Amino acid sequence: MQISFIDERLEDLYLKVLKNSRLSREDGIIIYETHDLIGLGRIANHVRKALHGNRAFYIYNEHLNYTNICKNRCRFCAYAKDKGQEGAYVFSIEEIEKRLMTHMDEPVKELHIVGGLNEDLKFDYYIDLLKTIRRIRPHATIKAFTCVEIDYLSTLAGLSLEETIKRLKEAGLAMMPGGGAEVLNKRIQEELFPRKIGHERWLEIVKAVHKAGIKTNATMLYGHIETLEERVDHLISLREVQDETGGFSAFIPLAFHSENTELSHLPPTTAVDDLKNVAAARLMLDNFEHIKAYWVMIGESLAQVALSFGADDLDGTIMEERITHTAGAKSAKGLTRNQMEDLILTAGFDPVERDSFYNPVNGLA
Amino acid sequence: MASLDQLIEKIRENHRIDVNEALVLYREADFLTLADLANQKRFYHHPDRIVTYVVDRNINYTNICVSGCRFCAFFEPPDKDRGYVISRQALHDKIRETLDLGGTQILLQGGMNPGLTLDYYTGMLRDIKENFDIHIHGFSPPEIDYIAKKSSLSIAKAIAILKNSGLSSIPGGGAEILCDEVRQQVSPNKCLSSQWLEVMRQAHLQGMRSSATMMFGHLEDDIHIFQHMDKIRTLQDETSGFTAFIPWTFQPGNTKIDIKKKTGAEYLRVLAMSRIFLDNIDNIQASWVTQGDKIAQTALFFGANDMGSTMIEENVVASAGVDFMLPREELVRLISTAGFEPRQRDCYYHLL
Repeated sequence: MQISFIDERLEDLYLKVLKNSRLSREDGIIIYETHDLIGLGRIANHVRKALHGNRAFYIYNEHLNYTNICKNRCRFCAYAKDKGQEGAYVFSIEEIEKRLMTHMDEPVKELHIVGGLNEDLKFDYYIDLLKTIRRIRPHATIKAFTCVEIDYLSTLAGLSLEETIKRLKEAGLAMMPGGGAEVLNKRIQEELFPRKIGHERWLEIVKAVHKAGIKTNATMLYGHIETLEERVDHLISLREVQDETGGFSAFIPLAFHSENTELSHLPPTTAVDDLKNVAAARLMLDNFEHIKAYWVMIGESLAQVALSFGADDLDGTIMEERITHTAGAKSAKGLTRNQMEDLILTAGFDPVERDSFYNPVNGLA
Repeated sequence: MASLDQLIEKIRENHRIDVNEALVLYREADFLTLADLANQKRFYHHPDRIVTYVVDRNINYTNICVSGCRFCAFFEPPDKDRGYVISRQALHDKIRETLDLGGTQILLQGGMNPGLTLDYYTGMLRDIKENFDIHIHGFSPPEIDYIAKKSSLSIAKAIAILKNSGLSSIPGGGAEILCDEVRQQVSPNKCLSSQWLEVMRQAHLQGMRSSATMMFGHLEDDIHIFQHMDKIRTLQDETSGFTAFIPWTFQPGNTKIDIKKKTGAEYLRVLAMSRIFLDNIDNIQASWVTQGDKIAQTALFFGANDMGSTMIEENVVASAGVDFMLPREELVRLISTAGFEPRQRDCYYHLL
């Protein structure tokens, strides 16, 4: 396909993409710097269409945040509370069961479960949590715990990383989300999340998880204090892990929301930056199959646009999103299947309802 | 009929496309192909990387209206007690505040209120001009048509009187969809398409400029969108009086039309088509009021070169439950982070 570019630097980049050559760090920086948004979009869309044609995926999923009490207290987080603080909560296993039972008529295919590092919870709680969900929803995939939680659980249980993962897997853990990586960079860790695991430990854990046969997603939280170079380095780090393990399923750029955080002076991310992050991911992460446009964070309309900038997945119905909404998200808290399909169709793509592993599912199941 | 590729070539060579060709392009072209074509046209009309905006305020002098449009959540019928006509004091306060905020114009619009005579309108205009140095962009064609009919004046005469009293330019509102089979369903008591166009023609002939709008996403078919644009383009060939075209989507909240709201992607397709189709209109405006900040910024790559107004006050869309607030600093940030130079403009799109 012939593309004419306003930014000439994109011509070389496009030629590289056509030859299936891997993009360099410098290419990554050009992607973030260029003002030729449509030219960039067309390159990313070329790759996206080659991989997935006109299909755009979504999943019937549900979010469950078992506790907001967290000892890490990262500066960018609006969700975490200290124990005893107003609004702090933890769901007992009975409460989780009750919550899930309220809508058994909904054909949920995946439960997305993350929570804070709550020192009152024992390792058995996590095992019970997984077993209970597996009992109530035997046909849904349990996608739970970030690498940050896995690190914490290993210490909590006094077990090796491998043994911890093995026990969680036996209890029902089938997949892991990609959160907690933030930006894989020491400077940013020290400034924003000093108590949370850093770059090296995150990579060590994610590799161990992949080696145990559990697929994970990967993310990047952008739009705070990170530089463009740091973004590109983050993507390259993930690309290297993927070369080694092949264990990543999707990459999800996460747009930072500053409301109610210590960084509330920062403005929201712009549409241009959101779209560039999607395109950068699609082009830099040549060994990732899927790039998600997370509608909760960038809004339903821009997520539609992102389907033409490299994204092939709109995430899911979610039902009740809590974390980003605590930080001021203006999107809906959940979407229906009809709304998901309408967003995809009116963006010019063919909706495919999927399971956690991107197998198409019969919507009536 | 030309193939899609031939059509794309035709547009790249700056040839005009007709309604049927527009329909093919709109339905068949890939999303970013449309964006690319619109973006090229945008830079053809405006080679500089400048995006303009105007600092103004919407002043709705009355909400009492006999039009009863089914898409409107703002109006009150004359027999209800929630209707208002603005007091002179409130009008002055709003204008003073607008000037204090660096504003250059007011957008003065209201309902088709049977209680108001021609003297009311001319008196209001004179009062503003006597007290303030501000541009009055006011009275959409349905209001002017209504004023003329009520006073048994020709449209040309009514415009001349309003102009003489201080009216400087005319907003393109009330166009909705300029096809009577759609128009009569959504706004049965409003002036017909031909009358809307006649108001604009007469205004242009008297040396006044105006904008043009289109509200879509209600009861129209795709073809009506391009018939609408075609009527605007034809009149523009004749008068060159339109400064800008502003498409926006119908907001179904609190209205009598129960329909699914158009999505951001659908809006961007129509916006891009506006830039491609309307080869004789310089400026295409993004609608942050109906689309929000993210799609408004994206619109700058889909043909728009203007962000519209900072809207110190907006009542009509807000009453349909849509409430995007975008102060001037935020508008400027959106433009500059998209790689454009933000510039304040006046009603004629002159840079200030």
